[in-house]
Amino acid sequence: MEALKELLFKMADDSLVIGHRMGEWTGIAPMMEEDLAFSSIAQDKLGHANTLYDMLHELGEADADTLGFLRSANEFRNCQFVELPIGDYDFSLVRHFLFDNAEFIRYKHLANSSHEPLAKFARKVIGEVRYHVMHGNAWMKKLGNSHTAEGLERMQQQLNFAFPYALGVFEHSPSENEIKDQGYFVGEDTVKEEWMNTIKSVIAETKLTLPENAEPVTGGRKHEHTEHLSTMLEEMSVTLRLDPSVEW
Amino acid sequence: MNFTKEDILKILEEVVDPEIPTVSLVDLGVITNIETKDDFVKITMTPTFSGCPAMDYMKQDVIDTLDRYGVENKEVEITFDEPWSSNKITEKGLEGLKKHGLALPQKYISPEEINYIQYATCPHCDGDNTELRSPFGPTLCRAFHFCNDCNMMFEQFKAL
Repeated sequence: MEALKELLFKMADDSLVIGHRMGEWTGIAPMMEEDLAFSSIAQDKLGHANTLYDMLHELGEADADTLGFLRSANEFRNCQFVELPIGDYDFSLVRHFLFDNAEFIRYKHLANSSHEPLAKFARKVIGEVRYHVMHGNAWMKKLGNSHTAEGLERMQQQLNFAFPYALGVFEHSPSENEIKDQGYFVGEDTVKEEWMNTIKSVIAETKLTLPENAEPVTGGRKHEHTEHLSTMLEEMSVTLRLDPSVEW
Repeated sequence: MNFTKEDILKILEEVVDPEIPTVSLVDLGVITNIETKDDFVKITMTPTFSGCPAMDYMKQDVIDTLDRYGVENKEVEITFDEPWSSNKITEKGLEGLKKHGLALPQKYISPEEINYIQYATCPHCDGDNTELRSPFGPTLCRAFHFCNDCNMMFEQFKAL
C-alpha cells in the first residue's frame, strides 16, 4: 500500500507542479495559439493531479486540496525537472517535449496496472496526453529546424540544459521494486528505455543533437528539491493559506 | 415513486452541456450508465476530459433536474469505468454540435489515427479545404482550424 501511494504521489506531484508551471504562460506566451496550448495542457495536468490525489484520498490520505496546497516542499515527490521556473519559451517547450513523451509512455503502461482505478484512469488519460505529445513534437521539429543560427543555438542550449533533468524523471522511488512486484507499474527503467527511443527519433528529424553522457539530476523522488519548489508552492497557496476555512 | 430506466433517460435528455446548449448530456455520451431498483436511481457519468471544469456543474445539473421530476432517492457517481470518447456522441449530438457552429470530431477506429487526421469540414461553408491551426482551443474539447474556401477560422469539437 505504501508503495502504491508513493507511485501515486510522485505522479500527482509531477502533474500539479508542471500544470502550475505551464499555466504561468497564460496571457504571456509568444503567440495566441501557444497561449491556448500551454493553458489547455496545464488544465489537463491539473485535472490529472486532482484525480490522482482523489485516488490517494480513497487510500486514506487527506483530500485533494489539502494534498495539493497545504503540504510543504519537502513532502513533495515530483522530479526536480518540473519545478524549474518557466524561463524563456524555448526552455518551456523543450521541457514540455521531454516530459510529455515520458508521460505518454508511462500512462500506456499504467493502462495495465494492477490497481484498477489507476488502470482505468490511465486508459482515459492516454488520449489527452496524445495531444500534448503531438504538440510538443510538432514544435520541437519546427524550432529544431530553425533557419537562423540564433534559433538553433538557443534550442540546442536548452536541450543541453534540460536533458540531465529529464533523465531525473526516471529516478527510482524508494519502493521501486515493490511497485513492480505488485504489478502497479512496469517501472521507470522500461519507461526510460522507450522514451529514449522516442526522443532520439524526434531529435533525428531536427538539426539538434542529444547531449551525450548526461548525468541524471535526481533527488525529487526522495523529497529533495531546488529552492524553486517552495517559492512556487508559496505563491500557489497564498490565498488559501490566508484562511483555509473559507468556502470557495 | 418508481422510475424506469426509460423514464430517467427521458428526463436526462433535458440536461444540456453548459457550454453547448444544443447537445444533451445523454447525446454527448457522458452518461454512461443508469440503474434503477424500486425507487432508487443510480446514474454514472464520466468526463469528456479529466480536467473538465464543467464536470461538477454537470453533475449538479443532473441532480437538480432529477429533483424537479421528483426523483428523490438517487446517487450520481463520476467514474472512469467507461472512458468517454468522441465516438460516443450520438447522431443527434453531432447535429447539435453543428447547430452550435462547431465542426464535428472525426470518427476513428484506432486512436493512433488521431495523430494523422488533421482535417475537419468547415461548419460555415461545408468546405473540406481546411487546415488545423491549433489542437488546443478555447476549451479543452475544442481545436482551431482555418478554412481556405471561406477564409474563416472555426472551432472543432475534437476527436478523443
